[in-house]
Amino acid sequence: MSVTQYAYYPGCSGMGSSIEYDISTRALCKSLGVELLDIPDWNCCGSTPAHASDHLLSASLVARNLAIAESMDVAGIITPCPSCLKNLKTTSLRMQRKAFHDKVESIVERPVRADLPIKSVLQTVLEHCEPEAIASHVSRPLKGLKVVPYYGCIMNRPPDVMTFDDPENPTSLDRLMTALGAEVLPFPHKVDCCGASLGLVRRDLVTTLSGRILDTAAALGAHAIVAACPMCQMNLDMRQSQINRANHTRHHMPVFYYTQLAGLALGQSESCLCMDKLCVNPADTLRLVDCPAAEERTR
Amino acid sequence: MNIGVFVCHCGSNIAGTVDTEQVAQAARSFPEVAFATDTMYACSEPGQAGIIDAIREYGLDGVVVASCTPRMHEATFRKTIGRAGLNTYLFEMANIREHVSWIGKDKEANTNKAIDLVQIAVEKLRRNTALFSSEFEINKRVMVIGGGVAGIQAALDCADGGLEVVLVERESTIGGKMAKLDKTFPTVDCSSCILGPRMVDIAQHPNITLHAMAEVESVDGFVGNFDVKVRKKATYVDWEACTGCGQCMEKCPSRKAEDRFNEHVGTTTAINIPFPQAIPKKAVIDPGACIMLTKGKCGACAKLCPTQAIRFEQEDTVVQEQVGAIIAATGYDLFDFTLYGEYGGGRYPDVVTSMQYERMLSASGPTGGHLVRPSDGKEPKDIVFIQCVGSRDHSVNRPYCSGFCCMYTAKQTILTKDHIPDSQSYVFYMDIRSPGKLYDEFTRRAMEEYGAKYIRGRVSTIQPRNGRYVVKGADTLMGSPVEIEADLVVLAVGAEASRGAGALAEKLRISYDGYGFFMEGHPKLKPVETNTAGVYLAGSCQGPKDIPSSVAQGSAAASKVQALFSRDKLASDPQVSSVALQRCVGCAKCASTCPFGAIEMTEFRGMPKASVVETVCQGCGVCAVTCPQGAIQLQHFTDNQILAEVNALCPY
Ligand SMILES: Cc1cc2nc3c(=O)[nH]c(=O)nc-3n(C[C@H](O)[C@H](O)[C@H](O)COP(=O)(O)OP(=O)(O)OC[C@H]3O[C@@H](n4cnc5c(N)ncnc54)[C@H](O)[C@@H]3O)c2cc1C
Ligand code: SF4
Ligand code: SF4
Repeated sequence: MSVTQYAYYPGCSGMGSSIEYDISTRALCKSLGVELLDIPDWNCCGSTPAHASDHLLSASLVARNLAIAESMDVAGIITPCPSCLKNLKTTSLRMQRKAFHDKVESIVERPVRADLPIKSVLQTVLEHCEPEAIASHVSRPLKGLKVVPYYGCIMNRPPDVMTFDDPENPTSLDRLMTALGAEVLPFPHKVDCCGASLGLVRRDLVTTLSGRILDTAAALGAHAIVAACPMCQMNLDMRQSQINRANHTRHHMPVFYYTQLAGLALGQSESCLCMDKLCVNPADTLRLVDCPAAEERTR
Repeated sequence: MNIGVFVCHCGSNIAGTVDTEQVAQAARSFPEVAFATDTMYACSEPGQAGIIDAIREYGLDGVVVASCTPRMHEATFRKTIGRAGLNTYLFEMANIREHVSWIGKDKEANTNKAIDLVQIAVEKLRRNTALFSSEFEINKRVMVIGGGVAGIQAALDCADGGLEVVLVERESTIGGKMAKLDKTFPTVDCSSCILGPRMVDIAQHPNITLHAMAEVESVDGFVGNFDVKVRKKATYVDWEACTGCGQCMEKCPSRKAEDRFNEHVGTTTAINIPFPQAIPKKAVIDPGACIMLTKGKCGACAKLCPTQAIRFEQEDTVVQEQVGAIIAATGYDLFDFTLYGEYGGGRYPDVVTSMQYERMLSASGPTGGHLVRPSDGKEPKDIVFIQCVGSRDHSVNRPYCSGFCCMYTAKQTILTKDHIPDSQSYVFYMDIRSPGKLYDEFTRRAMEEYGAKYIRGRVSTIQPRNGRYVVKGADTLMGSPVEIEADLVVLAVGAEASRGAGALAEKLRISYDGYGFFMEGHPKLKPVETNTAGVYLAGSCQGPKDIPSSVAQGSAAASKVQALFSRDKLASDPQVSSVALQRCVGCAKCASTCPFGAIEMTEFRGMPKASVVETVCQGCGVCAVTCPQGAIQLQHFTDNQILAEVNALCPY
């Protein structure tokens, strides 16, 4: 496997609420030969509050990071977080317009080329290594584990900005999980909204929307949900007890980052993958991976 | 020459941004101009009278009109000066409307450009010569391409008027989409009951020759004398012998052939007659599905056929047809909805197209007229219809309205209630477009009498849940999201140009729009003509159309052909090439480049010389630029005339 260097943008949640995503992402990239160079002194992309109030503000916050990355010797910028990704890509696209470009440069007071390729870690990993090739590195196949892949609503959308996978029926996570040995169930809510940051102001929306994702996953017989977005993962995992209370359900559905399950299959230890950071305890589920017969016994 | 120049105001169309008086004034100083004036509407009755009077009063022998595009009025003004006794080719037009006043706002610049264009026209006119047409015979047979309802109407109207008709249909039966429909709006009468007798008339009419399973291979010639090659595809059945008894179908062991007539609801046998009322009612073998033709064994049909009609060795044949006019009536095709991931992209068995639904509604269809879910054969109770699937959507390059889906969706909700009284239909729509006689009343009936629930908004996704489907969308009148659980979802797929329309247009030398629909001669005034003389359009090949409009166009095209054929001879266009014998060295380069085969090589005093067949020459001018000697010249566009125009514009 060849080694390629990328500028790595972890995003703020990777420093806190989704630190297990950041850690397992770094581990996965390392084992697949994708070298990550942290963008020195990176700053927050502004997230939803910035782009919802002012495009110029959002673009300026992003552009500073682009400028730093452009001074590094890298093949592109990659980030695990779809929300950061969307801001990075949108800004880079908007800056193709000269007038906008000039305004942003004058605000960040440094030249910004906005020409580096920007991708998600998921896209990079799959472009770097076909799922079939990843399969050959698997030491602990996820046999016996039934999962539903949950991409969230912005990993592939809007399609002309994200230009990755199918916007309505993406299959990249499906392919990856299958290669790792898991059984992937056909999931109708792959790209539905989980309620996102409305969890703070309209929790009822999140309990309804995320609740339905959990309901369907459970009805399909899934052992776990595989997520690729810190916001989605938080709503489904951390808020799962709130959802249960609001909807009178009793879900106990672990919500893994795909990088955690990939790490597991590639032989990394559970502690290195910070499995203990998940709110819904995955211990029972993880035991299935070791001895599928356990599932029969628990019935 | 005594030249007269007439500068038209076209109301304010030209005069608004061009100083027409100043243009006339400038024209007076051009060589050989004896008279120049501006005029309010040159094409109007007083305008034309003014031109005729001036010709008489000033002894004019050539006229320039500076006005609109020659496409619009060249023929008008030629006739005008003809009435005053001038040769109609001693006339030039300067287009100062489309090329000047409509595209620029700067009056001074516009006026200068108009003066330049008038000067060019004058310089050309000074070198024009009188041209005379000759006459040629018309072959009074007509070819209709496409046997949908529009083509059927056109063929019957022509044949009833005494013309010989050749009808070419690509499928094994005529009838087009209408033959697949169950009932038709706005009267909800049975489609095959009204179309069937027309189809039989086609088969029985002594003036009609029908080539089914056939396509146009090439078209040569010109109005009055087209020469068309028609490829008749191998059917592997001798149609002279086949009686259409259908015994072969019963015993054919290959039952997985595509059922195109039933829109792939189920499959059919390799040897097949698509439906009981097919015309011609003849069997056809699908070579991809036939066991004999793919694996070399079987032959069950051949053993069974009472008239020994099976011919596994049959090949395509090409027949030649001579006709004087052609009507294109090739219809439309349906949008491929699998492009939309949000509707499942073809993954969900119970998300069907509107045409598949028609087949299920039809008593002679694959489900015997029972509405069932393809997945489990159960009767659906909650049915969601989604309109504008592949219509009015820029994201799939279909910005146009397909025109008939609002109406047929209303029809399908009514029929659904008739079939399953305790069912509930829901319709997601963008706008309801029902501007026809009794049409709006019809959609109201679907809602008010048949209880269809109409929701204004788009669907964002269809998701399977517990064996049913959740259809999520927006209700834009209520301003809220909606979710409906459905047993069956019907997509009102839009119309797009018929497969292969572009290639056919190129054979016919007619133009087509960016979506493949054929272009009419003028969007308002020539709805069934094309810009190629002798080629006409009917039905939805020109743009989506419902049955009444398609039939009206079929009749309109037929009447155009009747008018054309009401004369025995046509005047040829004298703007054709001609060879200067003393210059021609007989190299034959022109003969090899002419796309119409209009140049023959002859002998003159033992020397090879080119000679133009005037009735075949289309005046394209390719030969003129090919000839190394400058010996062949296009009349009315000679090198000298064109150079004079250039010199007028660039004197230095
Ligand atoms: C689901 C549905 C329901 C509808 N219901 C109604 C209704 O209730 N009432 C109504 O008024 N309208 C209805 N319509 C519209 C109706 O189908 C059209 O108005 C009508 O079929 C147009 O007729 P046509 O002859 O122009 O085209 P078509 O019916 O498409 O016929 C074209 C014919 O040309 C043939 N052809 C195509 N290309 C070639 C070629 N290159 N060479 C030779 N032959 C060729 C085709 O095989 C076909 O036989 C409905 C449409 C749909 C999709
Ligand atoms: S020979 Fe072909 S068409 Fe005839 S019965 Fe066999 S499979 Fe059917
Ligand atoms: S007819 Fe109605 S459904 Fe069809 S495209 Fe037009 S608006 Fe949409």
